[in-house]
Amino acid sequence: MSAETKTGQTPLDVDRQSIEVDIACAGFGPAMGGFLTTLTRAWNENPTDPAFESRVMPGMPLQVMCYERADDLAAGVSGVVTLARGIRGSFPDLNPSEIPMACEVRQERVFYLMDPHGASRRSVALRLGDMVLRGAGSVLRIRNHAFELPWTPGFLHKRGGIVMSIGQFNQWVASQLMTSGFVQIWPGTPVDTPLFDRRAVSGLHLSDQGVDKQGGPTESYLPGMDIRAQLTVIGDGPVGALGQALDERIGLPEGHHRHEWALGMKFVIELPETQESDPTLSPGTVWHTFGYPEPEIFGFLYVHPDRLVSVGIFIPSWLSDPTRTAYRYLQHFIQHPALWPQLKDGTLRSWGAKSLEESGLHGEPFLTGDGFARIGEGSGSTNMLTGSGVDEAWMTGVQLGESVIELLRTSKPFTQQNLAATYEERRRASWVEHGARQAKNARTGFQGGFVRGLMGMALAGLSGGRLGFNGYIPPPEKQIRRFSSQVEKLKVRDAARLAIEDGRPLHDALLSARGWPEIPFDGRLLMSHQDALLMGGKVQAMPGFADHVVFRDAGFCISCEEKTCIAMCSGQSITLGPGGLPTFEREKCIHCGACLWNCAHNPGGEHTNIEFKAGSGGLHSAEN
Amino acid sequence: MSNSFHIVVCAGIVPDPLQTLEPNIGPNGPALKNEMMLPAVLDPWAASALYEAANLAAQCPGSKVWLVSLGPKAKLQQVMMTIAQKVTFELVPVDGPIGGFADAHATAAVLAATISALPGLDRSRLLLFGGWESASRGAGVTLQLIGERLGISDQFQGIDQIAVRADGSFETLERVEGGRHQVSICAGAPAVLGWATGDLPEPRNNPQVGMSNMRTLMPALQKAKTAKLAAEGLHYVSANLPRQQRTTRVVKDLATDEIAADVVAWIGAE
Repeated sequence: MSAETKTGQTPLDVDRQSIEVDIACAGFGPAMGGFLTTLTRAWNENPTDPAFESRVMPGMPLQVMCYERADDLAAGVSGVVTLARGIRGSFPDLNPSEIPMACEVRQERVFYLMDPHGASRRSVALRLGDMVLRGAGSVLRIRNHAFELPWTPGFLHKRGGIVMSIGQFNQWVASQLMTSGFVQIWPGTPVDTPLFDRRAVSGLHLSDQGVDKQGGPTESYLPGMDIRAQLTVIGDGPVGALGQALDERIGLPEGHHRHEWALGMKFVIELPETQESDPTLSPGTVWHTFGYPEPEIFGFLYVHPDRLVSVGIFIPSWLSDPTRTAYRYLQHFIQHPALWPQLKDGTLRSWGAKSLEESGLHGEPFLTGDGFARIGEGSGSTNMLTGSGVDEAWMTGVQLGESVIELLRTSKPFTQQNLAATYEERRRASWVEHGARQAKNARTGFQGGFVRGLMGMALAGLSGGRLGFNGYIPPPEKQIRRFSSQVEKLKVRDAARLAIEDGRPLHDALLSARGWPEIPFDGRLLMSHQDALLMGGKVQAMPGFADHVVFRDAGFCISCEEKTCIAMCSGQSITLGPGGLPTFEREKCIHCGACLWNCAHNPGGEHTNIEFKAGSGGLHSAEN
Repeated sequence: MSNSFHIVVCAGIVPDPLQTLEPNIGPNGPALKNEMMLPAVLDPWAASALYEAANLAAQCPGSKVWLVSLGPKAKLQQVMMTIAQKVTFELVPVDGPIGGFADAHATAAVLAATISALPGLDRSRLLLFGGWESASRGAGVTLQLIGERLGISDQFQGIDQIAVRADGSFETLERVEGGRHQVSICAGAPAVLGWATGDLPEPRNNPQVGMSNMRTLMPALQKAKTAKLAAEGLHYVSANLPRQQRTTRVVKDLATDEIAADVVAWIGAE
């Protein structure tokens, strides 16, 4: 392998096996599901169609290989509610009951949650607003510290949509794909980098195995294979190694940047049988919440069949507080008086988290190039006005699939020009793009505060994107407020002392120091973060891979006071080590990617001080 | 005597041990809740047998490895996408009910009949491999029963190592009580070897091995025969998970002796 094939690290100078395929794909999620389903359907209609004959193995069908990092294709992390326009387009006769944990949306409600503890960081204006709401409680039917909006705004509606588990959906799609024998999907196979030929991509390079934490070869060294392909499809998500390498190599289009992120974290809770007849939480129920545990944190509750509930929160990058944390916040969220009566007798079945790239069109990368195309969330398809990403991602995969079929049938090569004329054209003309334009500036207002942000969302949503707030969105590391006051610094030191003396995680101690009540652990639903890792998340990492989280410059980490990477680490795999340096344990990482954008330091360029590379393992939960 | 073997590995699939498992009573008796929903893995004990079989086949040129697996076709397909990257084998899938609570005799009958029907199998060179235990509801007797049905009287259980000699005989290390191994010498195939953990690491995922296996894997899955397990007369009184208890204490700066004493006291209390 030549040095030009890799970025960001020095390749080991060894002989590598290389194979040639027609189409190489990185990442298996909804977008890749849409792409491979479209290709497979077309091939199934006429397997002898010469367009589907392999160019690298004449006489054989196209050789389509898809490589996925996770140990199982069901190990996706997301409980979603989706309109499923694209998905239903691919499966017109879709019956949600065929997919475990899926059902049609039956009712939607929106709640503004007030803070029953007085611990959240509410502005004076918001506190006044809360007082007014409480004062008018009987008129506005304020119950359990919650105000239910009398209607659900149209842009939030998922009427006719589906509640589902992405893990189960991925498993269902993959099963159908592999039965055809047309495509091969290989889990447990992280993809390290694209194979570059100047600005073109000529395939992908799989991660080395049998290496130590730093990537050095051990006795069982197995060099990562080069997969050479005429077309490389990149669908490895918002924190995927290939997408990052491409952005590093060819940059983003002028004026584009990826500055808006969020961490979604959720529990899957099994409700007791006694609640089966409770119409409040009948299957297909969807709740959207805002205002608690911090004003900037949006929440959700989706009810699946069989008394399973997905309940979670989103911690956005514009929550400027460096003591941001997700797990403890999630525990406070489910205990809010508006949710707790329904959930308190439940049992935690599963738990998970993932980063969401929320820049939308602002962060759209080059969608095509010579030999490559990008689909899904990593291609900027998520619509942050409607809070929808799965259907959009699926649709981008479908659009690329249709485009590839067109190019195959007309015997045109996968050049940037041809991919742009087919895939990009389809995407620009579709509802995905239409929605993305409406959502483009919907969240910009949050940079100016919670109330301004809500107004911006409402304006954009109600005007179809014509109105809203423009403004500069700083890089994520600039959105993290520094500890400036002595009081704050003392609180952090108190928390650090508590963490050291009591053996509890730093983020937990930080929230306690800020006045949040302790969590009354019951070992069933409310449990320590570590116990959730063992009981509800199930994390595993195959031995023999290098650490995929790397701290670029130890000097920055040692001098960093905020240590937001530790507070926001979903798996507690980043902890405070000796000398103030964070340490990383690969075996506990759930690959949420939060560390990538929760570092307060920027040694240069678009990077923070944390590198998030290709890695193996992660959550084994199939209910997420 | 030839040193090449026909190695048939019997391996079932079980729910990924990292999942939350919960027994319940289904329409056909005891079952695991949501089992079809959970990701599956090759039974870890049998997986050791497969890796040892591949290693032995590599040492003994002319050998061949079959993997006979009984389970729902869709689940088998899913598991094979991981296993097929590790070692070379020919899959012989049997489409059947998921997992356990099946009668070991009925399972053994189906597997023995499947093995008997393998085209090209030389039973004089047959080594029947499998796990001596199962990670899921194993009765611990299925492999022996298959051996009995195939008329193989040389049976070894709890194997951690096999060493083939120049004359075709082989030496095995069998786990016995007291943490010891028993050394046995067998004149040669046919024989049944129920594997413990063996001493090989899990092979790395190798895409080239995967692509090679894939040529036969999908056609085999598409042609998989369906088997019904006879369960007449089988009645389960109850089904329970092994009791698990996690008690976390954070104690700092404890001396090694104190830790040891604490563990001994904890074991004694069990």
